[in-house]
Amino acid sequence: MSAQPAAKDFASSQEVRWCPGCGDYAVLSAIQKSMPDLGIPRENIVFISGIGCSSRFPYYMNTYGFHTIHGRAPALATGLKVARPDLKIFVVTGDGDGLSIGGNHMLHVLRRNVDVTVLLFNNRIYGLTKGQYSPTSELGKVTKSTPLGSADRPVNPLAFALGCGATFVGRTVDRNIPHMDEMLKRAAAHRGTAFLEILQNCNVYNDLAWNVLYDKESKLLHELRLQHGKPLLFGPADARKAVIMQGVTPKVVDASGVAENALWIHDEKNINAAKLLADLFAPDFPVPIGVLEAIEAPIYEDVVIEQEKRALSERGPGDIAKLLTSGDTWKI
Amino acid sequence: MKSQSVVIRFAGDSGDGVQLMGTQFVAATALAGNDFATFPDFPAEIRAPAGTTFGVSAYQIHLGARPITTAGDAPQVLVAFNPAALKVNLPLVADGALIVLNIDSFTSRGLSKAGYEKDPRQSGVLDGYQVVEVDMTKHTLEATQQFGLSKSDAGRCKNFWSLGLVQWMFNHDIAPIEDWITKRFAKDATIRDANLAALRAGHAYGETAELAAAVPHVPAIEAQFPPGEYRGVRGGEALSLGLAAAAELADRKMIFCSYPITPASPLLHTLARYGNLGVGVFQAEDEIAAVCAAIGASYGGAIGVTSSSGPGIALKTEAIGLAINAELPIVIVNSQRGGPSTGLPTKTEQSDLYQAVYGRNADAPIPVIAARSPSDCFEVAIEAVRIALRHMTPVMLLTDGYLANAAEPWLIPNVDEIPRITTNAPGPRDVGQDIGTVIFNRDPESLGRPWVSPGTPNLMHRIGGLEKDIKTGNISYDAQNHQAMTNLRADKVAAVAKFIPPQAVEQGPEKGALAVVGWGSTYGAIYQAVRAIPAHERVSHIHIRHLSPFPENLGDLLRGFDRILVPEMNMGQLATLLRDKLGVETVQLNKVTGQPFLIAEVVQKIRSLLAPAAAVRKATPKAVRGERA
Repeated sequence: MSAQPAAKDFASSQEVRWCPGCGDYAVLSAIQKSMPDLGIPRENIVFISGIGCSSRFPYYMNTYGFHTIHGRAPALATGLKVARPDLKIFVVTGDGDGLSIGGNHMLHVLRRNVDVTVLLFNNRIYGLTKGQYSPTSELGKVTKSTPLGSADRPVNPLAFALGCGATFVGRTVDRNIPHMDEMLKRAAAHRGTAFLEILQNCNVYNDLAWNVLYDKESKLLHELRLQHGKPLLFGPADARKAVIMQGVTPKVVDASGVAENALWIHDEKNINAAKLLADLFAPDFPVPIGVLEAIEAPIYEDVVIEQEKRALSERGPGDIAKLLTSGDTWKI
Repeated sequence: MKSQSVVIRFAGDSGDGVQLMGTQFVAATALAGNDFATFPDFPAEIRAPAGTTFGVSAYQIHLGARPITTAGDAPQVLVAFNPAALKVNLPLVADGALIVLNIDSFTSRGLSKAGYEKDPRQSGVLDGYQVVEVDMTKHTLEATQQFGLSKSDAGRCKNFWSLGLVQWMFNHDIAPIEDWITKRFAKDATIRDANLAALRAGHAYGETAELAAAVPHVPAIEAQFPPGEYRGVRGGEALSLGLAAAAELADRKMIFCSYPITPASPLLHTLARYGNLGVGVFQAEDEIAAVCAAIGASYGGAIGVTSSSGPGIALKTEAIGLAINAELPIVIVNSQRGGPSTGLPTKTEQSDLYQAVYGRNADAPIPVIAARSPSDCFEVAIEAVRIALRHMTPVMLLTDGYLANAAEPWLIPNVDEIPRITTNAPGPRDVGQDIGTVIFNRDPESLGRPWVSPGTPNLMHRIGGLEKDIKTGNISYDAQNHQAMTNLRADKVAAVAKFIPPQAVEQGPEKGALAVVGWGSTYGAIYQAVRAIPAHERVSHIHIRHLSPFPENLGDLLRGFDRILVPEMNMGQLATLLRDKLGVETVQLNKVTGQPFLIAEVVQKIRSLLAPAAAVRKATPKAVRGERA
């Protein structure tokens, strides 16, 4: 590549075809903006998606891209990464693609810790198929397929990812551009599988599903910014609240009444704390955004490469002719 | 007693080491200069309750002084380790066969577990056979007592004791087996020495037991083989070697992605040991992930291979469609088994031909090829990769449970003499030229597109499962374009026929009274059956490797015969395909018992078709319907 590419160089020539007002536009723009900072040549970046509104994403990026089949992007990305560890791979998926039809592959990419960045756009609805409830829709959700309300309880993406053994778990919001920029950078920089949930608005089928973080007043009351080494404090300046541990249970209290050494200090390396944070949600608790967990663990393809190196050093470079004549042979 | 060939069957509990005994016997057979073919026949349960009929595992070997192509019809020698093994296998053996029984297991408990009300040795069911009763367990314990093993550990040496006996019966040297035991049990001197002692004791026992008269003696046939270096090879092994060789010939890395399934797993196990050969192995979380990972690897420029059996292939179907649409090469290996559903996991069948040729949503053709023998798997693996890379398409390679596990001698090929596998490289991109027109600039002959992987500067592009413009690769919902793309996909698979050799006749005349047409692992049985028919009857054997598309001359070739017989281990799938693609009517011979064809079954069918005209007319309606062998 010649000069360092700018954000606009990451936009493809394809016309973007999401509904006007869709949250995906903001995410697309944030991702394009974050790309130059990676310092990776465009040809070494690959976006892989499954099926759904979010999965149209690769078409709009001027990098390599593969729009695959429903739910299977993590599996495809794993095969690509094993063949080509040199590539920077993003998986773009949604709540239906990644947690319903593709839930199994999501589980396994996370536990293997393949070095890919998973961006899960969660709008709590099936958009492309025109408005059925999704695995993250709230219980009792009334949709076209559930006129009497859905009967199944939702999955919590963050708790799921942590339960799968993910090494990086974060959450951001499509209407909080600076935070999204920061989280995209953090996720992309992580070595191993990074799982970033992006709360995203489907203004056609599930408008304002995340209003708790959109509405100015509500956001002020409920948004909990996670920062490594900082206490869990949230709420307006004149009525700050704290999340503390009471026994093994998180509890919301007035910040003013908490001694400094009783505060819960956020630690990205603390897996157990991350699991508790993942379950916090309004109205009883604040809604945490930021990096819940970022730890180091063996990376799948690193181990595989190491094994290949060992096989080579112990047995020497392979020779098919030699292999064919190995074992018992006889001459006629 | 001299014989041209003999069929031997070892049978016992699945924990008796029968399969091990069989493979070691085969190694000795090869070194004695005999041709051979094997048929391991094991139960689905790993360790079914000991002594029961459903836990019986068997290993059949056909060894001969003439070329051997099947594991043989009726065994002339049966070694039965327990009453259940006798009960299951007695119906299979030839009249007058030599039956060696381990009488230590013929206790009242052993007999009742096998479901014998009366001891078969007294009930008369063994009349007409030559029965040799040996107390194998007792002899094994005696031979190994000096090593201080527990009774059960010592008893486990029984397979080597009996192998020693069998080696003596067939005049085979035990030295190669001694070497093998020494290597295999190098870490445990006691077990090693006990097994060696058991082997030698069994061998010595033969001399005193006066068995020689009953054993058919098979002379060596070294002179009939073309000269060269040989080895024994199982189908799974030959396929693995072929895939690894193909990667080397194409100078690409291979990523083999699979989920464990019977009977396909041996391929996974073998390739997992080829880390120093540029073959990466990925055990996926499920069948779908396995094929998707193979597609991902192929997208990255490696040769993606996935392997399964029928039920797993069904799960991969959607992803195969993606590879068709994205025009990416992968090889899908199907080790067929009995079905539908879980069916008969360890039994062999050829019933996934429809699935391979027709079994996808939409108009979604792919090339399909099949291996016919364990050693043929090597060539077919290379051929599958060659087609996939040339035409940029998924290729289905059909093998089956029988081929995967069966073994035969193999003249080791010289890899340097195999033509390299070439790939389509992208042409230069002119300034301002649309990238898609470079990526989808297909070769006019093969219709394969250039293989462009991420990391290639200046050719960044997007692909996917949506219909694409035939020239630019951009998403297209245009009606005429979809027609053109559908035609292109069909033409691409049809183009394979231009690159493959014309269909040959295995034996017999190019035109004649009857062509016996087969595919896959029925090769041996058909070959021997046709060989048994006198030449003046004008019967030929045609065996098809390329099932989709067929070789271009196949229709004309078949029309040169008065009648066509298609023996298949399914209910008539090749027969349908021949009718569909070539308009050829056939007589069917179908068998789905989980066992390979016997030569005699095919011979009988051929004879019935060669009967005088009147008899044939009478037989025709039934024959056309298809008969169950």
